[in-house]
Amino acid sequence: MILVFRILVLSLMAGFAGVACAAGLTIEITKGSVTAVPIAVVPFAQTGSIGNVKLTSVVNSDLAGSGLFKTLAEDDMLTKPSTPESVNFKDWQVLGQDYMVIGQVDGSGGNYNVQFYLYNVHNGELLIGYRLTAGPNDLRRAAHHISDLIYEKLTGRKGAFNTRIAYVTSSQKGAGKQFMLQVADSDGFNPRTIFESPEPIMAPNWSPDGSKIAYVSFHSKHSEIFVQTLATGQRESVSSYPGINGAPAFSPDGGSLAITLSKDGSPDVYVLNLSGRSLTRLTTGLSIDTEPNWSADGSTIVFTSDQGGKPQLYTIPATGGKVSRLTFQGDYNARGRFSADGKSIAMVTSNGGGDYRIAVMDLATRTVNVISDGRLDDSPSFAPNGSMVLFSANKGGQSVLFVGSTDGATQQKLAFESGEVREPDWGP
Amino acid sequence: MKLNKSFLALVMTAFLFAGCSSNDEADGTTADATQGTDASTSGLTDGSLSGSQFGSGGSNGNSRLGAEFSDPNNPLSKQIIYFELDSSQIRQDYVPVVAAHAQYLTAHPNQHVILAGHADERGSSEYNIALGEQRGKSVERLLRSQGVSASQLEVVSYGREKPAATGHNESAWSLNRRVEVGYQ
Repeated sequence: MILVFRILVLSLMAGFAGVACAAGLTIEITKGSVTAVPIAVVPFAQTGSIGNVKLTSVVNSDLAGSGLFKTLAEDDMLTKPSTPESVNFKDWQVLGQDYMVIGQVDGSGGNYNVQFYLYNVHNGELLIGYRLTAGPNDLRRAAHHISDLIYEKLTGRKGAFNTRIAYVTSSQKGAGKQFMLQVADSDGFNPRTIFESPEPIMAPNWSPDGSKIAYVSFHSKHSEIFVQTLATGQRESVSSYPGINGAPAFSPDGGSLAITLSKDGSPDVYVLNLSGRSLTRLTTGLSIDTEPNWSADGSTIVFTSDQGGKPQLYTIPATGGKVSRLTFQGDYNARGRFSADGKSIAMVTSNGGGDYRIAVMDLATRTVNVISDGRLDDSPSFAPNGSMVLFSANKGGQSVLFVGSTDGATQQKLAFESGEVREPDWGP
Repeated sequence: MKLNKSFLALVMTAFLFAGCSSNDEADGTTADATQGTDASTSGLTDGSLSGSQFGSGGSNGNSRLGAEFSDPNNPLSKQIIYFELDSSQIRQDYVPVVAAHAQYLTAHPNQHVILAGHADERGSSEYNIALGEQRGKSVERLLRSQGVSASQLEVVSYGREKPAATGHNESAWSLNRRVEVGYQ
């Protein structure tokens, strides 16, 4: 029951190309679900100066990208009401819509004043009436907030559109390379560089409160872990041992990082207390143990180990103790990431066919569902609400980012105009 | 109308402060004085991101080394050791190459070498860092066993981050599973 189709969302933004060019991004839904709920988001009436962000395009893109909604193209609308009085629900019933959104945006003051209404088309019930104010540069965030409200009202789950992602880009610069650690909105717009270097940058990881990012930099010609505060740009080196300093992962309380060090021989998982800088070694032995990630309750760490011969996922209590093997299917399972509800783990998987894909394991049943279809997919991380997984993939020889639903039904591509984009991490 | 009244009763007012870049993420760009000259960090302010020029990170400065390093008939001219898929074992054909480097390094005890381990792009990036390090350490062990001092050797793994070949097929991958012997 999966329909594969392509919509260039940018085509909905005709006349607003300035936005896309400024951000250097296109969003492309590469796979959608036919079971999605039909919803019509009518272009909001505009007064005053709105700039070049079309609010309802952002909302449409969010809702369609979630895979749970099928949005109605503007050309297919019979009328375009913007006030409750002008809505004729029959017009929308005829079009097979279940829900509709109307609204107005006023940019005549310094800020944007937005109000919108969400209706059940079948009985005319008003589900949301909401008014919000956004600063001059925050119209896209306002749109994501509206998407979150609609999503939560209709699915019962919190939305994750008004969140941010971090990732690393690399491109050729002269004879060398330029690596950039960037932060953007969850749809890839509004990218901003927070660190750049001619040497590789890896493994950005958000602090739970969204104020800091830990990452690996090779700027000093060896690996080193930094924690950078987003507001100030100031950063601190927290791990610079001989050998590997890698794979930092914030604990749920933000007070520690699980990291990989090879200073004592083979790569092992350690917990670094950020205030006292004390180190606790969690794994031992000659095997590769790396890519730690914490469960949301902080009790358990999942990591990749080749102690059984091939890389597989294992768990260990965060305070140390007995190691348990988690994955048994396939000959390659790595880079485990817990969902926020602790019920599933996303991973990179390969079954020997030579393709590396993203899979989600249901921890209760241990069933593993492959949700991507690439050859070189990597770096899965869950949206804060657990509904989607962000990952990197190679398309046409270039590394790009994808967002897929956890059931594999839908996928959305976030792609830059140029350069490789990798190592994504979905922040709060 | 009815709808309108129920709407008025339901209207809530909200202000979007989250992520207002002009408010909670102010205070600008801070160059990081503790690091080298050509990296920069930035705060999340609108506009003004600092940039700077990067030189190339040139590695094998063969010009500083003797003629034997550029003589194709001399094993010292081979400064890249390639590996099989998922393996950190030194291939038989590279044993004489490593032995030649061992001989040179024992004869030149002040010569320092960086063994840069690399992996192909398949699989997860941090696991590839571990694989690259295992390859570097294999070369290090073989050099040590032939009398090279530990102080002459340093292993750095770049995983798949610095591919020698940029393709996405086995011919590129086989060129990327490597250890580069970098004379400093």
